[in-house]
Amino acid sequence: MTTNLAQNNQKKSTPRTRLVSGIVLIIAGLAIVLLFGRNIQPGLQSTFGLTPQGDSNVIPIPDLVLPAQPAIYVLALVTIFLGAWQLARGIRSTNLLVGLVAFCYVAAFLVWAAMGRSMDLVGMMNTSLVRATPIALAALCGVVSERAAVVNIGIEGIMLLSAMTSVMLASLTHNLYLGLLAGMLTGMFVAALHAILVIQFRVDQIISGVAVNIVGAGASSFISNRYLQISNTLNNSGVFPNLAIPGLVKIPILGPVLFENNIMVYLMLILVAVTFVVLFYTRWGLRTRAVGEHPKAADTLGINVYMMRYVNVILGGMVAGMGGAYFTIGSVGRFDKLMTAGKGFIGLAAMIFGNWNPIGALGSSLIFGFADSLQIKMQILSIPIPTEFLQMAPYIVTIVVLAGLVGRVHTPAADGTPYIKQ
Amino acid sequence: MNANATPTNPERTKSSGKQGQGSKLLQTLLVPALAVLTGFIIGAIVIALSNDAVIVAYRNFFHAPGAALAATWKAISIAYGSLFYGSFGSLPEIYRGFQSYSATGNSKALLQAIYPFTESLATVTPYILAGLAVAVGFKCGLFNIGAEGQFGIGALTSAFVGYSIHGLPWYIHLPLAMLAGAAGGALWGAIPGLLKGLTGAHEVVTTIMMNYISYSLSNWLLNGPMKAPGFRPLTPVVENAAMLPRFFPAPLRFNWGFIVALAVAALVYWFLFKTTIGFEIRAVGANPDGARYAGMNIVKNFVIAMTLSGALAGLAGASQVLGIDHWVGQGFSAGYGFDSIAIALLGQSHPLGVVLAAFLWGTLRSGATSMQFTAGVPIEIISIIQGLVIVFVAAPAVIRWIYRIRAIRTETTVLTRGWGK
Repeated sequence: MTTNLAQNNQKKSTPRTRLVSGIVLIIAGLAIVLLFGRNIQPGLQSTFGLTPQGDSNVIPIPDLVLPAQPAIYVLALVTIFLGAWQLARGIRSTNLLVGLVAFCYVAAFLVWAAMGRSMDLVGMMNTSLVRATPIALAALCGVVSERAAVVNIGIEGIMLLSAMTSVMLASLTHNLYLGLLAGMLTGMFVAALHAILVIQFRVDQIISGVAVNIVGAGASSFISNRYLQISNTLNNSGVFPNLAIPGLVKIPILGPVLFENNIMVYLMLILVAVTFVVLFYTRWGLRTRAVGEHPKAADTLGINVYMMRYVNVILGGMVAGMGGAYFTIGSVGRFDKLMTAGKGFIGLAAMIFGNWNPIGALGSSLIFGFADSLQIKMQILSIPIPTEFLQMAPYIVTIVVLAGLVGRVHTPAADGTPYIKQ
Repeated sequence: MNANATPTNPERTKSSGKQGQGSKLLQTLLVPALAVLTGFIIGAIVIALSNDAVIVAYRNFFHAPGAALAATWKAISIAYGSLFYGSFGSLPEIYRGFQSYSATGNSKALLQAIYPFTESLATVTPYILAGLAVAVGFKCGLFNIGAEGQFGIGALTSAFVGYSIHGLPWYIHLPLAMLAGAAGGALWGAIPGLLKGLTGAHEVVTTIMMNYISYSLSNWLLNGPMKAPGFRPLTPVVENAAMLPRFFPAPLRFNWGFIVALAVAALVYWFLFKTTIGFEIRAVGANPDGARYAGMNIVKNFVIAMTLSGALAGLAGASQVLGIDHWVGQGFSAGYGFDSIAIALLGQSHPLGVVLAAFLWGTLRSGATSMQFTAGVPIEIISIIQGLVIVFVAAPAVIRWIYRIRAIRTETTVLTRGWGK
């Protein structure tokens, strides 16, 4: 049973909406001037570092220095120009338009924030990638299982449990790879339980996922209180070191952003590529998508619907388990209660934003990662905005993204509905 | 009520058959009861496994199996015994307290004896309201995971009205503060409702995001605009006129909020089952396509249901502030969101069921503190039991499979839908 609401509300490019959006854009452009362009001393400059400080691997390139006031005015003018263009001719691609305007806003904000000082832009881009890693892994888990029409909203709980088991095993054995394996196996196990509940027992998928979240949060907090907070031998694993990839790391800007991370970031990038290829260029992927779009037809053609769903959900659970392991052995080396802080849900939003496509999911995870790293940067730069409001940013972005895009993405047709074999 | 618009509504099937009413009621109660029982059994296993003495005893199980079993029994009975004592107190103590009160007129022993039970009732109060909040959402096919955020915002707004206005008589100030709480929660719930109706953004994700936003917002408010003088991030204490009156002298915190919650439950029952809007909400929940064919405005019903849901959660926050704590601190609403989901599911989204489920849940939560103190079992064991209960209630098939019960009737209640469809 679907409500088809989104279809009714799909925005069509009528002259009236064009007029409205054009005017909105012009106002947005003026807002840039009002928000960031006022009270700037004319001579101030914003410096963006393009070479990480104290990093000998990278070929140094000069910093990007922008005069603050003209830069902000240019960005405002670009937005106003886009609005005028929209009024006069109309711009075909709404996504492009939204993307450009968002870029102008972010850039203007950065110029304003870095006014009169230096901001490490490359470091920030790297932090974005690192922060995006668990989100992307969560989103990937969502993509893999939802392409087979099983909604897994319990990713948060899976990640908490696997974060805990991975740090425990890694601390006990002093082997981070075993920890990673433990995390993935935990994810697999919990996802298998979810799969049994929703496929075998036809429990409402969302409710089963919520139960996974509650049990995951409860069990990990229970064990954390009972054992991990008491003994450090179980909760002190160390983290994967950063591996610079020889040669590639020397590339300016790209090198320090992409090729100087820990193994989990590389694994995430590889997994995204592999999932993309498997999903769209192999028989397995075709069957997965068939099961997600029209299970009955797939069944008629001899595909084992239940089997495909089980395997996909369980594989997704392994990916989410890796995402959970990232929180402990990939970043801080210890487990704390509820440390995932909603990243599993943000991953789901990234999956929707990315249109159930691994590459898209990575792209939208990067946006969330950027919002996160921006927030950290702003706290360091002590911008006169309360930190609490900056902390809201990723969540507000999630809501805006969901509200703005759901109507325009393609959900797997059978997503969330159990299949009953006749 | 006309029958054609709600073909899958369980209430209709329930009320349609007059014969076998008793066995149907039994059947309705059987699954939740067995779900709770199973949750507790698994909880007991976890308690035993996490107890050092039990583990040691099982190391030489083959030499002394009796000792191992005795240690297991001891661990479980101490944990659940202290849980029960923390929830209800003990009957002999109450009896002795009553005797000494009637003999000497000294109420101290009696008050001490009834403290655990009244404290449980005080804890139950917000759970009734928050459980109703989620239940109203379910009735409209909406899964409101944001009760926690709505609870927090409602608590803040009611506290604000409670402490910032001076000199009003209680019969104006108290209702005003309660309404402010409801309004705050309603606002926080209406946003996801509007987004769901207008853009199709799934309420599960948006309400969770609203939760995180509310945490940051309340942290900011508690450290800034609403902070009372002093070091800790707390609001000032609300005015006496805004407090819900208590039945017994301090430290007993049982108050009129409980009565208010019961009245609101009755009101929600009336609203859902005796009014046109309530019928529409249930129709949209049961079959949105059918409801649209019948000319109902789906968006309007989504917004009404989410606003009402938020208002109830906000009222729960208000009852906690005005009745029990009298101020708001950090992490005030923690846990209420998921607790209320469990309560709504356990109560099968029916107001009466919700009241009963909230009673169970509140007494559990209230006793869990004493369990942590006496038996050293972390309070999170309750969350584990709770998640399991949700699974078992949502999957009657699992319970039937475990206990080999045959299904009498098959009902499918659609509670939630896919992403923005």
